[in-house]
Amino acid sequence: MHKYIAKRLLLILPTLLGAAVLVFFLLRAIPGDVCEVRLAGSGLYVDEAEIELCREKLGLAKPLIVQFWDFITGYVVWDLGDSMWTGKPVTEEIGLRFKLSLQVAIMATLVAVVIAIPLGAISAIKQDTWIDYVVRSFSIAGIAMPSFWLGILIILGLLIGTQHFLGTPWMPPIEYVSPFKDLASNMAQLIWPAVATGYRYSAVATRMTRSALLEVLREDYIRTARAKGMTEKIVINRHALKNAMLPVFTIIGIEFAFLMGGLVVTEQVFNLNGIGKLFVESVQAQDFAMTQQLVMLVVVIAVVTNFVVDLVYAWLDPRIRYA
Amino acid sequence: MVTVNPAADADELEELSKSWSSQLIDLIRRQPLASAGGLVVLIMIFATIFANFLTPYDPEAASWVNQLTPPSAEFWLGTDAFGRDILTRIIYGARTALFVGFTAAFVGATGGLILGVASAYFGGRFDIICQRLVDIVMAFPLIVLALAVVATLGASTVNVIIAITIPFIPQCARVVRSSALAIREIPYVDAARALGYSHMRIIMKHMIPNVMAPYLIMLTTFVGQAILLEASLSYLGMGVQEPTPAWGLMLQGGAEEFAESAPWVPIFPGLAITIAVFGFNLFGDGLRDVLDPRLRSR
Repeated sequence: MHKYIAKRLLLILPTLLGAAVLVFFLLRAIPGDVCEVRLAGSGLYVDEAEIELCREKLGLAKPLIVQFWDFITGYVVWDLGDSMWTGKPVTEEIGLRFKLSLQVAIMATLVAVVIAIPLGAISAIKQDTWIDYVVRSFSIAGIAMPSFWLGILIILGLLIGTQHFLGTPWMPPIEYVSPFKDLASNMAQLIWPAVATGYRYSAVATRMTRSALLEVLREDYIRTARAKGMTEKIVINRHALKNAMLPVFTIIGIEFAFLMGGLVVTEQVFNLNGIGKLFVESVQAQDFAMTQQLVMLVVVIAVVTNFVVDLVYAWLDPRIRYA
Repeated sequence: MVTVNPAADADELEELSKSWSSQLIDLIRRQPLASAGGLVVLIMIFATIFANFLTPYDPEAASWVNQLTPPSAEFWLGTDAFGRDILTRIIYGARTALFVGFTAAFVGATGGLILGVASAYFGGRFDIICQRLVDIVMAFPLIVLALAVVATLGASTVNVIIAITIPFIPQCARVVRSSALAIREIPYVDAARALGYSHMRIIMKHMIPNVMAPYLIMLTTFVGQAILLEASLSYLGMGVQEPTPAWGLMLQGGAEEFAESAPWVPIFPGLAITIAVFGFNLFGDGLRDVLDPRLRSR
């Protein structure tokens, strides 16, 4: 087990390094940079020397390989550079927004679990009845529906609904308030994006719960439990569901890793000032320093989550032992 | 001497005597959801080909007189802020969605097929390097990688296709590789090698035909995913550009601006995306059931 953990940890490093190489050179593969966007973006004539000066200041004039070395060594001394657009340290810009994105991600996961596990279980127990069909259609629709459209529909519904019943249209608050300071206002802002992302996220988990539970229900020990005269409730809750949860947790973990990516669009719809919105803005401004650190952040979250999911899986299921 | 198997003959006769329509009804009864998906796919292809004949309006021409008209007999789904008929733009949008979806899915899945089979066939160091590369690309969430590619290349329809294709290749390569690994161990591959066939011939004639099932399943899944991804990128303004009709683009700035005045603007294009992706997913699920029953539980 320790050997396995060590081996997996050693494999994480080359993956992260490879991702860093990919991002770094991908962003610089085509001419054009933040200086051109900033100075020449207005369409006016700009002195070539001025652009050169700007590049000099931001370190873009250095040879690529030197820039890459600075980028990598930055992690060792924890200096991730300054945003090429605002001039503030990248860590500060991300730190400001990370709380919000993380909270939405966690709430979306909770929404997904709350939807997926009961629905998936009912669907499996009532297999091939109309309930099963309704649940399955509901979950396939979740995969097909773009989360940003669901977000738009939620905003539309809120505006029209409040207009109709309260007389004045109500919009979720724009400013982020810490949940420890003002829970009501925090929830009023973040519950909607969490539902919009969580529904989509629940679709995969619902299907997983259903198929895992169906598989477990065919096991011999379930027949034994039933033969002993246990009530169906106990058979499902104590015997079946517990064992069916393993693959469901894995899929929830893996999806969580990719949730940060999904937030890119959702934050745009709800106008949330999180890292997803920051990412889109920095991509549009060709702010390499910011873009590459944000991509790396998402990749690190994905890789680490996968690693943790694997370990937890082995810990929960003693049958699995890694060599 | 030709031996005749009467039983097989009778089966064949019965199969032939069934009319085309009764075979279709059979298929619908066996695979109702997949047939519904297939119908959506057919409707989209139909709209793509005959868009010019289906609607009298121009999808790109602005008309200031008809700005934000509610749905009516003249404009079935209303008009947008530029006075363009929404139904027309949805029909032409199917063209964009299918073009992007099919191209990205086909190139991505085929690239993955070649990479996956080669990786399994050659094994050794080549396989390890390929797998590491696949790991690296798969560590990126789909939309993040696609956005980074668009950031590099600039936003246009062709670049969106490239941006969507790149993350598909490793996904398909991984699935195909695991199927191809099993096939490599089957004696006929050894036999082909013993006969002195070239690597190219063994891969093309003996390996690839046997991994067609996972390839086709990935391909149909990718079309749905690509349509969704293209819509997301276009919605963010990083995809297909105005005035080209695209579903994601039609949703831009849709919510707050038009909530009270024109809710039809954001509702219908989103519905089109949902139905299209729904259709391709159902079709893909059905295809998987038919082609590879072992994968059914997933």
